[in-house]
Amino acid sequence: MTWTSSPLRYLRLLRTQVRASLLLGLQYRVDFILDGLTGLFWTASAILPLVVVFRSRPTIAGWSFGEALMVTGWFTFLEGVLEGAVNPSLSEVVEHIRKGTFDFVLLKPADAQFLISTARLQPWRATNVLTAGALFAWGFHLLGRVPTPRSLAAAAVATAAAIAVLYSLKTLAVSAAFFVVRVDNLAHLFDAVFDAARWPAPIFRGVVRIVFTFVIPLALMTTYPAQALLGTLPARTLAFAVAGAASSLMVSRMVWTAAIARYTSAGG
Amino acid sequence: MSLRNTARAWPTLLRVGFAEAVAYRAEMFIWVLATTMPLVMLALWSTVAREAPIGRYGETEFTAYFLATFVVRQLTGSWVFYDMNFAVRNGTLAMRLLRPVHPLWTYAAEALAAMPLRLVVSLPVAIIALVVVGSRGITHDPVLWGMWGASVIGAWLITLLVNLLIGCASFYIESSLKLMDAWLVFFFVLSGYIIPIDLFPAGLRAIVAWLPFRFQIGFPVEVMTGAHDRAGALALLGGQWLWVLAGFVATALAWRGGLRRFAAYGG
Repeated sequence: MTWTSSPLRYLRLLRTQVRASLLLGLQYRVDFILDGLTGLFWTASAILPLVVVFRSRPTIAGWSFGEALMVTGWFTFLEGVLEGAVNPSLSEVVEHIRKGTFDFVLLKPADAQFLISTARLQPWRATNVLTAGALFAWGFHLLGRVPTPRSLAAAAVATAAAIAVLYSLKTLAVSAAFFVVRVDNLAHLFDAVFDAARWPAPIFRGVVRIVFTFVIPLALMTTYPAQALLGTLPARTLAFAVAGAASSLMVSRMVWTAAIARYTSAGG
Repeated sequence: MSLRNTARAWPTLLRVGFAEAVAYRAEMFIWVLATTMPLVMLALWSTVAREAPIGRYGETEFTAYFLATFVVRQLTGSWVFYDMNFAVRNGTLAMRLLRPVHPLWTYAAEALAAMPLRLVVSLPVAIIALVVVGSRGITHDPVLWGMWGASVIGAWLITLLVNLLIGCASFYIESSLKLMDAWLVFFFVLSGYIIPIDLFPAGLRAIVAWLPFRFQIGFPVEVMTGAHDRAGALALLGGQWLWVLAGFVATALAWRGGLRRFAAYGG
């Protein structure tokens, strides 16, 4: 019973899962304030270095303050996606494997990856989307213009590709949990690397730049959507990003399938 | 729980902790990789400094600063909070309470026992730093190096005490994990971990000077890179150890009050 054979059933399942985690989230309303505040401070921490740098000069590596804010905006947005939708679900896998309760997920008559990926949402993380919107508005205000419909559409496509890559990488990290049980650190490692995505990719040089473009495509995640929004992203690069996202989804699916085949329950 | 018991158990606790650290060395290695933030920051700042220096920082100064930051973080980092939070949540703290040694001391021993492996990791970076930067970026004064040692111990203690204090908060509130997150945000921004504190806007700098964060990372790094003379470093060292004292008192109080609220579930 794959999602291609019964898409409607999976849509219904998605609705149920989302509803359940929304209700769960609504129980913890204090988290709304705490998450919102923490998110604001994280954003401030991403902007502070920019403020310090741009006080001394108008551009770095060809990016002005307003343009760099776009990248920070997408970084904030994706961080919201990562911590609100991707991380909570996938970190549950680690817990399931350790306790051996992953059996229950596998026994359910639906795709395990789908069930796991939609199991937990943290609705309060949506505050990041608002913050990102504010950053875009600020950036465009400084640049003294508004985005065109065409650049908005390109940005939407680039963002979809970015989310797909983010999700794939995280799935790969979690698949590692089937091979080495203590994997919480691996997730931290990913988050630590992702932190570098808050700045425009051209700032990085040499080996770091190659790693951040091809190995862990941070450029694809935040710089491309920002360029798309600014209307400076070449169509070819966008096509490359979409192709990259599609293939990373495929690879992560393959690795996940191979990983759960190795799963041997715990205890008994 | 006498002091003599603790003193007698301490060497064994350290040995056990060290064995544990060695057993989980792969985990430790990944953790080290996850703390490469200073190196990422270095990439940013050195690009910026290549065009023109900022404040007193050119490319060499930034390199020295962030490699020192990496070393100091390795030597002072602590994740005791997560262990303690977990132990309070699922009741396994009860087992630690049964031992004839105060649980806070055992936590401290575990944290300290990881140190030799951390040294092994950070020493190569320190050597690379010395080779890359030359001896220019690092202080030559042996007295300052002595103070550096004291400042690293102080930084380690502040970090440990904050971990324990927020760990104690798990007795009182449910969202102590969020509290730790909030602390970490402030820590990353205000400790000098991602920007040297002297590059902050003046107003912010005045506030940061009074907060504990900069004593966790920024201060030892500044001493190491020769940003302070002896008198200045000594004054800051005094401030740091006042924070250590405050952390010690606060943790002791929070532990005493919190333990009364502790109820171990299950069995």
